[in-house]
Amino acid sequence: MSNLLTISLVISALHLALPILMPMLGGLISERSGVMNIGLEGMMLIGAFGAVLVTYFTGNPWLGIVGALVSGVFSGSLLALMTVTLRGDQVVASAAINLIGAGLTAALIPVIWNVDGLTPSVAKIPNIRVPFLADLPYVGRIFSSLGLVDYACLALVVLVWWVLFRTDAGLRIRACGESAESADAAGIPVVRTRFFAVVASGVFGALGGAYLSIVTLDMFQASMTQGRGFLALAAMVFGKWRVWPAALACIAFGFADAIALRTQILWRDIPHELLIALPYVLALLALATFVGRASGPAGVGKPFARA
Amino acid sequence: MNPGREETLTTDGAPRPDTTPPAIRLVGVSKHFGPVKANRSIDLSVRPGSIHGLLGENGAGKSTLMKILFGMMRPDAGRIEIGGRPVAFRSSADALSAGIGMVQQHFSLIGKLTVVENLILGRAATGFVGRWLRPLDLESARRRAIELSERLGFGIDPMARCETLSVSARQKVEILKALWGGVTTLVLDEPTAALSPPDAEELYALLQNLQRQGTTIVLISHKMPEIMRLCDRVTVLRDGAVAGEADVPRTFADPAERHALEAKLVRLMIGRNRPEVPSRSSHIWPSVLSVRQLSDGERFGPIDLDVRGGEILAVVGVEGNGQAQFVELLMGLRPAAGGSITLDGRNVTGMSTLNRFQSGIAHIPEDRHNLAVADAMSIVDNASIGFVDGAPFAPTPFWLSRRRRARFAAGIVRRHKVRAASIEGPVTSLSGGNQQKLVVGRELSRAPRLMIAAQPTRGLDIGSTAAVHEALIGLRDRGGGVLLLSLDLTEVFTIADRIVVLRQGCIVGETTTAEADIDRIGSWMSGVEQEARP
Repeated sequence: MSNLLTISLVISALHLALPILMPMLGGLISERSGVMNIGLEGMMLIGAFGAVLVTYFTGNPWLGIVGALVSGVFSGSLLALMTVTLRGDQVVASAAINLIGAGLTAALIPVIWNVDGLTPSVAKIPNIRVPFLADLPYVGRIFSSLGLVDYACLALVVLVWWVLFRTDAGLRIRACGESAESADAAGIPVVRTRFFAVVASGVFGALGGAYLSIVTLDMFQASMTQGRGFLALAAMVFGKWRVWPAALACIAFGFADAIALRTQILWRDIPHELLIALPYVLALLALATFVGRASGPAGVGKPFARA
Repeated sequence: MNPGREETLTTDGAPRPDTTPPAIRLVGVSKHFGPVKANRSIDLSVRPGSIHGLLGENGAGKSTLMKILFGMMRPDAGRIEIGGRPVAFRSSADALSAGIGMVQQHFSLIGKLTVVENLILGRAATGFVGRWLRPLDLESARRRAIELSERLGFGIDPMARCETLSVSARQKVEILKALWGGVTTLVLDEPTAALSPPDAEELYALLQNLQRQGTTIVLISHKMPEIMRLCDRVTVLRDGAVAGEADVPRTFADPAERHALEAKLVRLMIGRNRPEVPSRSSHIWPSVLSVRQLSDGERFGPIDLDVRGGEILAVVGVEGNGQAQFVELLMGLRPAAGGSITLDGRNVTGMSTLNRFQSGIAHIPEDRHNLAVADAMSIVDNASIGFVDGAPFAPTPFWLSRRRRARFAAGIVRRHKVRAASIEGPVTSLSGGNQQKLVVGRELSRAPRLMIAAQPTRGLDIGSTAAVHEALIGLRDRGGGVLLLSLDLTEVFTIADRIVVLRQGCIVGETTTAEADIDRIGSWMSGVEQEARP
């Protein structure tokens, strides 16, 4: 057991948590504005694909991040168009994003690279060390294995929390999520605000996907997100639509994932599939037991239209 | 009544020549929703510093007109002038910056947010940095809220979450919110609809206070007494058009003059004379409902109570003193911890809600939207809800005859004069009053021995209220019993035969209406000390 709980477990847990953390933030922004978004999985795939595509043709993984952002704006705008502008059913529309994300990316691999299933390898985001922190005793090892991108992701968590819960813009977004009619009466442009929030959720989903495809790995593989978009949603519910508890839930999922990988190496006779399922089982148990009756923003799922 | 005002106004006739432009002027405003013309070429002119009443029944187009004024809807035709300058509001933000504040009929506060957050919502910051990065200045907003709240005598905790506040406190927050941006004109849409009489009194005093401070007020209402008491001038709407206008003098030389004006306004509003006050019960039969030592084991009871056949028994009390629990206990929606409920000699205490319906109880719920109708379903569906075994629509429980249900719904619509374009349309196509008439009709069609009517006329206009009262009295005259739970003492005195007062889940007083003394009932309701919440 002592082999299991090491500092490298913490490191790999953090690395596994980040691609859940990003789409969780996206889901949180969208639902706080009143739009249910179960399409994070698809948005992640589109983002992961966009990142690899741009990196492949430019050779620059930083431009790959830009590619992910653009594809996030694309998938977010698509969902916003369907749910906010055209007031379609939010569950159906975001489920469509999942299908489009999985189908489109898998179909484009052979079109672009003439191979099936996975793309050739591309340049990865280099692991840029942040000085000083790595020199700290003991915990220095954790910091030394985190790169600039990891810090940027953690900074985004703080930024989202700050904007949503400390600024006027956040108050406006949350008001739209609680009651679109009240927000409208207060002079808030509900449609514009929700559209923005859904686009932002696409961008965060895409960043989570890009983290998998050009930070953790160096290629795109069909359905490579493996349900992390849904885990992100579970974490959001688990954290009751609050940033820090939901982020903690993401880290817990990261740990479950890391432990599964570690045990797989240490005890080979435990069935591989059971271990892979660990984070998902954890999510189920959490949702079914001690989360209790979680209720999200009151306006989620209700399209808004003025008479 | 209002010592600050000395000038006398004419009772009727053209607006006085005035050099200052009107605070609000609407010219030829029209708005239609599909085939329904909600507003038909409405002209309205509000004098600065006055309280202007907008009187009309539900569905007369008052709220639509005010939503247009507040920028929440755009008119099909017509123009708006504020202080003499033409404006075209695209959203309520525009209206707010033009100095118009509005208190909506349905509360527009967000329950999960604090009072302060609700107050500054949508107007705290400008610019990219200010809006997206700078922290909200809740501290100065809090100070401002306390100052404003004290100036108006509210005493509201600005850091409380709105969902924890009482109805009247929320109403005050609504007013704070409307006044927050330094508005000069305040529009209130049915502000007393959800208030108990003492809270309404407080609001009237506040409005007069605001007027003295120079605020122009537009008061939308269908309640004659508050219009007569507060307004300087009143515009009456009927069927989407202006039916008439009149000045309301502060003092009447002769009470007959006052009555004449009231009668005239009612006639303008409903297009006919005020409905007759119904007669008292003529014959009393034995008890329909007997309640003995009933309690829910928490805050309700134990109480003893009898409702006899041929009588309307009113249960009155300040809201939240056990009325809701009592109804739930009677309907089997809440288990009784002790005691018994007997209906026509049959013990129904342990029965399910369905069995109680079948034993002869009918129920007009207080909360129409959550308990009485299913908003998304049609009028036909809503008319046949609750006849779960299929009767009277089919010979077996497994089959519902479309034709019979439509005929049944049409019968209710006809008998209770529900104004519906089509019975296949959604129930939300009906105005609140017409929905309520549908519910009353449905419950009466169960041929009940006991009708539990919880605030059956809350928010209804004069015509619909009269129709509901008539229906309840009809049931009483046929020998049924009616248990009326109401916050409206006028209603209680109009139709009830006997009154019991509920306070903190117990019956603290009982009287017949004939011998009732309103002060005595008031003191029962408030208890020895002025401490309302049980």
